[in-house]
Amino acid sequence: MYSYTDFDAAFVAERNRQFRAQVERRISGALTEDEFKPLRLMNGLYLQLHAYMLRVAIPYGTLSSAQMDQLALLAEKWDKGYGHFTTRQNIQYNWPELRDVPDMLDALEQVGMHAIQTSGNTIRNVTADHFAGAAADEIADPRPVAELLRQWSTDHPEFQFLPRKFKIAVTGAENDRAVIKAHDIGIQVVKRDGRIGYRVLVGGGLGRTPMIGKELSPFVALEDLLPYVEAVVSVWNLLGRRDNKYKARIKITVHEHGIDEIRSLVETRFEETRQAFGTAALELFDDIAAQFQPPAFRNAPTEAFDAAYETDPTFRAWADTNLSAHRATGYAIAQISLKAHGATPGDASAEQMRVMAQLARDYGHDELRITHEQNVVLPHVHKSDLPAIHKVLKAHGLATANIGRISDIIACPGMDYCALATARSIPIAQEIATRFDELKIENDIGELKIKISGCINACGHHHVGHIGILGLDRAGVENYQITLGGDATETAALGDRTGPGFPAEGVVPAIERIVETYMAQRSGPEETFLQTYRRIGMDPFKAALYGEEAGKKSRAA
Amino acid sequence: MPKPYTPKVITANALLEGDVIYLAADDRWVRALKDAEIFTDEAVAQVRLLDAQSRAAEAVGVYLADMEPTKDGPRPVHFREEFRAKGPSNHVHGKQEHA
Ligand code: HEM
Ligand code: SF4
Repeated sequence: MYSYTDFDAAFVAERNRQFRAQVERRISGALTEDEFKPLRLMNGLYLQLHAYMLRVAIPYGTLSSAQMDQLALLAEKWDKGYGHFTTRQNIQYNWPELRDVPDMLDALEQVGMHAIQTSGNTIRNVTADHFAGAAADEIADPRPVAELLRQWSTDHPEFQFLPRKFKIAVTGAENDRAVIKAHDIGIQVVKRDGRIGYRVLVGGGLGRTPMIGKELSPFVALEDLLPYVEAVVSVWNLLGRRDNKYKARIKITVHEHGIDEIRSLVETRFEETRQAFGTAALELFDDIAAQFQPPAFRNAPTEAFDAAYETDPTFRAWADTNLSAHRATGYAIAQISLKAHGATPGDASAEQMRVMAQLARDYGHDELRITHEQNVVLPHVHKSDLPAIHKVLKAHGLATANIGRISDIIACPGMDYCALATARSIPIAQEIATRFDELKIENDIGELKIKISGCINACGHHHVGHIGILGLDRAGVENYQITLGGDATETAALGDRTGPGFPAEGVVPAIERIVETYMAQRSGPEETFLQTYRRIGMDPFKAALYGEEAGKKSRAA
Repeated sequence: MPKPYTPKVITANALLEGDVIYLAADDRWVRALKDAEIFTDEAVAQVRLLDAQSRAAEAVGVYLADMEPTKDGPRPVHFREEFRAKGPSNHVHGKQEHA
């Protein structure tokens, strides 16, 4: 696994020292809030509804056991015993006190972690496929490139005051698990004539003006990648709208100027950046890549797995939903669901974090991943160890067998924590998961992704949920708009609105009607919700949601 | 006829803890909404707001929030203020812990 160099450590320590002094000056009254706010945001510190919130970066979602243990320590010592994993592969602490934050940052620094550029108008934490280095379908591990981009973007002098935030995601496989089409820049590792290169997409994003990213270049060679990305960001840095923050993201720039004009501007700028970069990045890449070598996989029989699979139905159900194909024989990728029915999506207690860290140490080559779907991954486990792993997970409330199911919901913090929210999202997720658990039809429904945001900023990715839910404030009451047919993968699509929104108590019944309609209309159990929706369109769902109501009204009149 | 003035309280987040605070009649910052001073006169509210905003080393983001006066003290007009007064709904954290 990648470990930071002395340079990185010194840089983070210096930033922490500066921030500690800034906090002291704020507390003494020497700095006003207006002066302090940009400084705290640069270090991941927000002020939310009830408390401060510290957002810690988990670059490309990769954690070692020691790092996970340290996250548990922070939760226990300075928070309320838990942390919240988010869609951007960050962890958020909801209750730190201002005075403690410098100590929290120092504790993170001890394990090579920080909160730099998790906020503000900078290039944010670079995210990657959470199955990186393990997936059977992967062309190459996307993390060396993500790390290269992290090093290039951290404290990049030209890009500290961008028109707006800038998010980059990288996938190493054709199957997109990193939602690259909803990022400012999406990078896909591709192979052409036996050579590895990078397909670059630009202008995706969610928020109030959702857009699917467009292809800027089908193939950028490794030696050209940094100058190319630098060219993209610098073209936008000059062109991007600073007059209106709602129009400042690159998606709007691409939309207003057109992809062809942007491409030609990028090419022109690239001629300059390429000269300036030389070959230093290539050498750096080799050093980085060397640290992402796969662990030493063992060759062992898998009978223990087969036996448990045959005899233990709970294990089998978990194995069926939570395991994915690994590139090494005898191995599997195991997902740990942080979506126990009725619990807050993405929350993990300090104890659970330590359990997961220990499992990774005992069975998983010391590696953990955080997914944008707010779950945790043991990327490299030998199948024969899975029964033992499952047993430990079960004992700590971590063995929920629901990955990709209707209760595996993404939900942003919403109005329970977020100062920008227009409605709550967590209770809606809790109610849906609880209801479908009672109905016992989750497995029958199959793959169905619900994503919930508490305002149009779309941190909960609702536009790309198979079912998306957006919480709004309609005349002082929480109201929820539903969209259908969104898709966060390589076939990305934005969902379509069903029609008028629903009050909070109407959301679960509406979801039930949508699911009933799908079950009645699907051609067979193998046709997923999304496939059915694409085949039959919105009308049957509209009728199920509003038809009867309208019918009742006209009968009553 | 001018629109009647919706009564208000002055609220903010505490600088050190981030917790929701309200301004009381005796100028102290208090943690419980029931102890907040309620303003029914717009001119008074504005002057008190200016004073409160100048206390930058105690409070962050000071503003006026709409309330309905009741015999148990101010009651929020909007659900956002209800959540601020109470705490999150998924964990018994924040003000609910001490209630
Ligand atoms: C709680 C404090 C948070 C604040 C103040 C906040 C603020 C925002 C804002 C203003 C936007 C819209 C940006 C734009 O369209 O230009 C946004 C988008 C987004 N945020 Fe958050 N957010 C918060 C929490 C989260 C959390 C918890 C997550 C992960 C679960 C997250 C992930 C995202 C994502 C994925 C987007 C949409 C993608 C995009 O940038 O286009 N945010 N956020
Ligand atoms: S979508 Fe809105 S409510 Fe949810 S976390 Fe983002 S800004 Fe807050």
